[in-house]
Amino acid sequence: MKIEVLGSGCRKCTKTAEQINTAGAELGADFSVEKVTDPKAMMQYQVMRTPAVVIDGKLVHSGSIPDHDTIRNWFE
Amino acid sequence: MLEIFTLFADWLTHAVLGLDPSSRLGQAVHFFVEDTSKILVLLMVMIYVIGLARASLDLERVRAFLQRKHRFAGYLFGSGFGAITPFCSCSSIPLFLGFTSAGIPIGVTMAFLLTSPVINEVAVVLLWSLLGWKFTLAYIVVGMCVGILGGLLLDRLRAERWLQDFAARAYRQAGDHSDAAPQAQPAPGTMTFAERHEFAKNETLEIAGRIWKWVLIGIGIGAALHGFVPEGWFERQFGTGQWWSVPAAVLAGLPLYSNATGVIPVLESLLGKGLPLGTTLAFCMSVVAASIPEFLLLKQVMLWRLLALLFAILLASFILVGWIFNAIAPWLDIV
Repeated sequence: MKIEVLGSGCRKCTKTAEQINTAGAELGADFSVEKVTDPKAMMQYQVMRTPAVVIDGKLVHSGSIPDHDTIRNWFE
Repeated sequence: MLEIFTLFADWLTHAVLGLDPSSRLGQAVHFFVEDTSKILVLLMVMIYVIGLARASLDLERVRAFLQRKHRFAGYLFGSGFGAITPFCSCSSIPLFLGFTSAGIPIGVTMAFLLTSPVINEVAVVLLWSLLGWKFTLAYIVVGMCVGILGGLLLDRLRAERWLQDFAARAYRQAGDHSDAAPQAQPAPGTMTFAERHEFAKNETLEIAGRIWKWVLIGIGIGAALHGFVPEGWFERQFGTGQWWSVPAAVLAGLPLYSNATGVIPVLESLLGKGLPLGTTLAFCMSVVAASIPEFLLLKQVMLWRLLALLFAILLASFILVGWIFNAIAPWLDIV
């Protein structure tokens, strides 16, 4: 699956992407993580709080670094 | 309420360390212990409370609320909302776009954007614990006025002309269908209290971890100034008579943006040594709000012209605030 992390490149966004990468690798999932800093993408998904996470074109999270369990749930 | 920190400093300095209250060292240590303990505790509490409030705030509802409001109420609320929202790349750009694409009047969004850097919880706590509630209240009121008046001005100038193309287009489109609510995707789940607590706790630890050393350094410098700069020195050098002292203070504050937490403790000593109130206020606003790197990030959503204009409005209003407060300081009895 295709995971996008939306954010203007702040520390929280970087951390979010890292944690998704770690969790995905642990679970042996087939995925790709991309950090999207383009503000147009934020507007398209109507995101008002970053970091936000989009999976296969669907907004699943916004406003904080997602916790461990939340991330694992996405892979199941 | 704050006496508890004086008592704590009494106890630590005199009873535990056994320092003589009348000695120079005893006084310096007392000053340092009282100020650092007070500020650090208040900061943690305040950041936590604001974090909790922020996690509970439903941005979609805030936006819908601002859309419905009469323009002038909109300015007030836009600015008030800016006051409790931190100004950083993580929050200001998406919020700005969310507002713009919902067709919220550009002036209201600008009032938000101008107030957000001027007022933040860390500055408010520091000002309150060091300079008292009157100065803090003056700072907040003035900061919101700067945001509201700046927003009104930008509205008159039709600032939407100077947004980046995609944002300007979204703004126009939203304006064309002003009755149609924006198709916001529902926020994925509202937070439970445990999640809010977690958010606020992380926020507190993150911010406190970043700024505690600046607080200590600032209080240290403040204590040194306290002891070594003669009474009234600033008054003679930069007194209210010199009109240029306010613009000079604003310019001097520009490069200090990253150390606002270290600079505010120094202000206490500066005021004590006779730096005029308006000059201090202007310097303080410049240090806290005018962060060039954070402003440059807004380039993603607006053209240079608007960016420069925003910055110029901030600087010009700080200078005006300084002059006005210097002029009326004798009647205020704030510090």
